[in-house]
Amino acid sequence: MHYSALSLVKQALTGNRGWTRAWRNPEPKKHYDVIIIGGGGHGLATAYYLAKLHGISNVAVLEKGYIGGGNTGRNTTIVRSNYMLNANSQFYEKSMKLWEGLSQDLNYNVMFSQRGVLNLFHTDAQRDAFVRRGNAMRLNGVDAELHDLDGVKKLMPHLDFSQNTRFPVLGGLSQPRGGTARHDAVAWGYARAADNLGVDIIQKCEVTGINRDGDKVLGVETSRGFIGAGQVGVAVAGNSSRVFDMVGMKLPIESHVLQAFVTEAIKPLVDTVCTFGMGHFYISQSDKGGLVFGGDLDGYNTYAQRGNLPTFNHVVAGGVTMMPCLARLRVLRQWGGVMDMSMDGTPIISKTPIHNLYLNGGWCYGGFKATPGSGWVFAHTIAHDKAHELNKDFTLERFREGKMIDEKGAGASPKAH
Amino acid sequence: MLRIECPWCGVRNEDEFSYGGDASVQRPADGSSMDEWYDYVYTRDNSAGKHTEHWQHVNGCRAWVTVVRDTMTHQIHSTAPASPNLPVNTVPGKKSKGAKS
Repeated sequence: MHYSALSLVKQALTGNRGWTRAWRNPEPKKHYDVIIIGGGGHGLATAYYLAKLHGISNVAVLEKGYIGGGNTGRNTTIVRSNYMLNANSQFYEKSMKLWEGLSQDLNYNVMFSQRGVLNLFHTDAQRDAFVRRGNAMRLNGVDAELHDLDGVKKLMPHLDFSQNTRFPVLGGLSQPRGGTARHDAVAWGYARAADNLGVDIIQKCEVTGINRDGDKVLGVETSRGFIGAGQVGVAVAGNSSRVFDMVGMKLPIESHVLQAFVTEAIKPLVDTVCTFGMGHFYISQSDKGGLVFGGDLDGYNTYAQRGNLPTFNHVVAGGVTMMPCLARLRVLRQWGGVMDMSMDGTPIISKTPIHNLYLNGGWCYGGFKATPGSGWVFAHTIAHDKAHELNKDFTLERFREGKMIDEKGAGASPKAH
Repeated sequence: MLRIECPWCGVRNEDEFSYGGDASVQRPADGSSMDEWYDYVYTRDNSAGKHTEHWQHVNGCRAWVTVVRDTMTHQIHSTAPASPNLPVNTVPGKKSKGAKS
């Protein structure tokens, strides 16, 4: 069923009884050309682009829970492409361009709102670094604007602008095309569009093993039986190490929990996405009015989708320093997602030593914004058995070869990125 | 809140500690192969379940502690003084009391 203003009117006049399921609930077939493990945004997007752009529609997406129930439903919905290094900049900008046409492409409103992303700076040295990043972005065709104090005051009038604080705001670097999107709608939109093209989305189907003959995968063992596959793509975020453990491979990844928080709903206060430069804190306002914010990882290995109080205190301290009026609000909800922290802070979208097994992981904090681009290049990588120009540097071998893409310059430490 | 039992100071809140990562990682001997160095620097078991790890009691006695903690539940099974002479997977440790997430 095509969604349009006309279909809305038609359904409204007939008591909304004619809406059909957005996607089927099929039984798994015995064999698929491609199996994608993981029904989050990335896996669903991969399946969609495989069917749409590469003519491979005998595809199953296997999801152990329900689609979009992992990190797709556990992030702060920020979309941006404000990276400095070429590989990142070009990849995330491709993703940004896909976001800009995504609702039309999927015929599903993902509520992409280009309200801008503003990064504050507080010292001269930080300003120099931001100027450099802004220039690098513009050279890569990405929009970037430097703001002085008055410029920041116009964008975020409720910050603490006093100049006698420990970290006075001096200005900010913004990406006006950045913003937020509705996380669930991204999963649902891709699922519906992929299903329309013949992709089987199989929920409550947990992969428990990967069968192979030497370096060739034959299929996967699941909670619903064995399913054969020509190629297998893994897009399971924080569980990447667990899936690759099934083929005896260790990854340059650690799983950590990242918490996020939302306050009670209030009238419009935060018009853009804003990040603090002297602590790790980012905030935006949802369409419902809640302020959505987050900060650092809890900092220890975990697969539990929940964090602890000290990190909450730390995040809120940063937030209240940046924006004292936040202290008056009550936090309604808190959640944690399991991040696959790679050793250089950059994702891995790559072939693996096992010939028809592909990895899409190591997303650290940044997976949500990459969803369309990630699916787009991963589909290309699987369909052609070769990386696209845009993900050719995101290899698994780059660590061994010393070709890390370390945006932050923090070295081989999974929790520092 | 994780409650970690420091072998010297007793059960303390996690914010007195700093995380030091997977304690089973062993530095290879000089002259080891590139593969061994690659494993040491980059790859991790990242196990789901019991995980042997280092914490430093940085806001306390500053000693390093080897902790066996479950990464699925945050339950702490045992803690012991960290020692280069003890292979970490055989850390005897004390049964940790009251140490839960």
